[in-house]
Amino acid sequence: MIRLENLTKLYGSFVAVDDISLHVPRGVLYGCLGPNGAGKTTTLRMIAGILRPTQGRVLLGGDDVHVNPLSAKMRLGFIPDRPFVYDKLTGVEFLRFVAGLYGQEGDSVERRIAELLEVFELTSWQNELVEAYSHGMRQKLIISSALIHRPECIVVDEPMVGLDPKAARLLKDIFRQFVDKGGTVLMSTHTLEVAEAMCDQIAIIQHGKVVAAGTVADVRREHQAGTSSLEELFLKLTGGAHVKALVEVLGA
Amino acid sequence: MKQPSLWHVLQPKWRTALQRMREERDRGGRGKLIVLTVVGALFWFAVFGVLYVILKYLRGVEELGALIPNKILGLVLLSFISILVLSNVITALSSFFLAKDLDLLVSAPVDWLRLYLAKLGETLLHSSWMVALMAVPILAAYGVIYRGGVLFIPYAILVVVPLLLLPAVVGTAVTLVLVNVFPARRTRDLLSIIAIMLFRIIRPEQLARPEGFRNLLDFVTVLRTPTSPFLPSEWATKAIMGYLRHDIDPLSLVLLWTTAAAFVTLGALLHRALFPQGFTKAQEGAERFIRGGFWRWTIGGLLKHLPVAKREFVLKDVRLFFRDTTQWSQLILLAVLVVVYVFNIQALPLHRGEAVGFYYVTLVSFLNLALAGFVLAAIAARFVFPAVSLEGRQMWLLRSSPLDLRALLWSKYWVGTIPLLILALLLTGITNVMLEVTPFMMITSMVAMFALTLAISAMALAFGAAYPQFETENAAQIPTSFGGLVFMMATIALLAAVTLSLWQAVYTYVRAVYDGAPLVIDAWMIGWFAVAAALCAAATVIPLRMALRKIETFEF
Repeated sequence: MIRLENLTKLYGSFVAVDDISLHVPRGVLYGCLGPNGAGKTTTLRMIAGILRPTQGRVLLGGDDVHVNPLSAKMRLGFIPDRPFVYDKLTGVEFLRFVAGLYGQEGDSVERRIAELLEVFELTSWQNELVEAYSHGMRQKLIISSALIHRPECIVVDEPMVGLDPKAARLLKDIFRQFVDKGGTVLMSTHTLEVAEAMCDQIAIIQHGKVVAAGTVADVRREHQAGTSSLEELFLKLTGGAHVKALVEVLGA
Repeated sequence: MKQPSLWHVLQPKWRTALQRMREERDRGGRGKLIVLTVVGALFWFAVFGVLYVILKYLRGVEELGALIPNKILGLVLLSFISILVLSNVITALSSFFLAKDLDLLVSAPVDWLRLYLAKLGETLLHSSWMVALMAVPILAAYGVIYRGGVLFIPYAILVVVPLLLLPAVVGTAVTLVLVNVFPARRTRDLLSIIAIMLFRIIRPEQLARPEGFRNLLDFVTVLRTPTSPFLPSEWATKAIMGYLRHDIDPLSLVLLWTTAAAFVTLGALLHRALFPQGFTKAQEGAERFIRGGFWRWTIGGLLKHLPVAKREFVLKDVRLFFRDTTQWSQLILLAVLVVVYVFNIQALPLHRGEAVGFYYVTLVSFLNLALAGFVLAAIAARFVFPAVSLEGRQMWLLRSSPLDLRALLWSKYWVGTIPLLILALLLTGITNVMLEVTPFMMITSMVAMFALTLAISAMALAFGAAYPQFETENAAQIPTSFGGLVFMMATIALLAAVTLSLWQAVYTYVRAVYDGAPLVIDAWMIGWFAVAAALCAAATVIPLRMALRKIETFEF
């Protein structure tokens, strides 16, 4: 469903994404893990068509995002890590606007909006300007907007940030059901427990390269990690195990 | 605890400005800077030249010659402080209540005085720099005509600084009170009332229509009386003209500085008393709950035949405009600009008393076309130029959706162009009726204005895309950026080229009427009309294509 071929992104001389090739099949929840600045967000933004790759290409259901952007993007729902939305629109106006971007309107859209607002417990806020929403509520609104056109695949950057435990659980359930019905989810996350519990397959990215990919069991086997946790495996692969003594950091 | 210096509090602002300049330089902005400097200098020289000629002529006129320069300076300075109060009110709304750095500053242990002074300085800088630049050639013309010498430069600065400071304090205080007293919904009406009141204080029509006075003596009496003895612009005029006539009046200068100091002190005290409550109110907002579907039923209904993506995009833009204080509040500045313009045309003594030559009327109607074009360019700079920048942080949504970027550009273009077209045609039509121009000139200027508006709007959108300000927090500051200035200058060049081409075409007609000969439409006339049309068409199509290409390359 999502195929990255030799994807590379340079910012001047800095290599943010270095020749990544990945295949995320239909019906899979795929996790992208990596330390801060590893290139996860850049990769996801290239998949969503927001950034143009320096080299390589992104295929969504067979369509190149940068050659046939419209048909590729019709299949996609993108959820960014920072919930920037139009502050001066109400929640319902925002969702109607996004539906319009996908060429959808009418009663079916209105029903869909009501349904999504209900699911995310935003119904009582639907006529409030978005500027009044909390971070988590904005995140829920953006997630609703990504689902409004019934996409085939969802690309989501740090989905759990800012969500309360109930909403986080709801999102996990939504993603799981979405995948069980044949949808595809590619998500980046720092929360290794989430990745371990939710993802069918993972890729660990560091310095813009994929250093490990496959099911968690595959990655463990490949890197001879035995029964160690995903956290230990992650730290082993990304070299983050050297943590200063907490006392020293806190200056106590 | 040692308080951070003002310089430190403002650090994020000036560091950002420096970084922007560096980035501009790295992108090869030095060439742009040279162009800007050259064109800016030409503009300065033009203002200087016109005023120099007028002042030189007036020096030779007995009695009135000594009084009118005073009055001109007084009126110019009064117009400046009126515009400044308004623009400070608008700027203060964002710098004191909406800016993104406020959360950090208010939550940090920065004392109220430092916060006030830092924000006052920021407001002053943003709202006054253009007026300050405009004052340079005007004061220079006075300095040269009256032989003020090199020392006039520091003296003029000494006079102008408190003159800029006072409207900043007043504007800031007005905003502070408004935010505290009125809910956001009422602020809109109140700002409009203030604008009208300010305009009535200026009363430009009184002096522009000398025939309204019974005799010359009345006119001279009016010229001798100060417009208002309590206005700082009057003190500044006295201080400057006194210096230039070697009759220095220290009282005026002392009045300016002591009043400025007293106002800053009072402003600071007012800030201490009202800011915390106002800041809280501004966070809460008064107009957050919106159930009505006004725009959906009106504009949405009108556009129902359009594809849904375009329609929703237009609706979104209209809603955002009328809900964002920093955007709609600029309509007040626009209204003042248009009213002043129409008033000035009305005040021209063309058809009063003895008959004025047809040639003169045609010439004025031509100048009217260029001036109306300039007013439209200023309006486009305010409302069309920021269109792309304002999408900034939401561009992730537009780029990740299957929205055709041509639809985005289409919506942005027409949302800006249609109101501009209505205004342009009304402005040209009304002023031409006032000027009593011939039907031929009426048709020529209406068609020219129509084509020019399409071009100006396209250029505003294209320059806005070429010089985007995605990080800005105040829509009112986008037009005063580097790109905004480049746009204004490019538009002035277009206006000059189109007006000159049209003049070449119309000149045959003017000469024919003047000589009493029948009008012949020859190849020369058609050729120049075609040149003007081609210029407008090129200035519409090329910028729009460039804008589309630029938007396609945006990365976030």
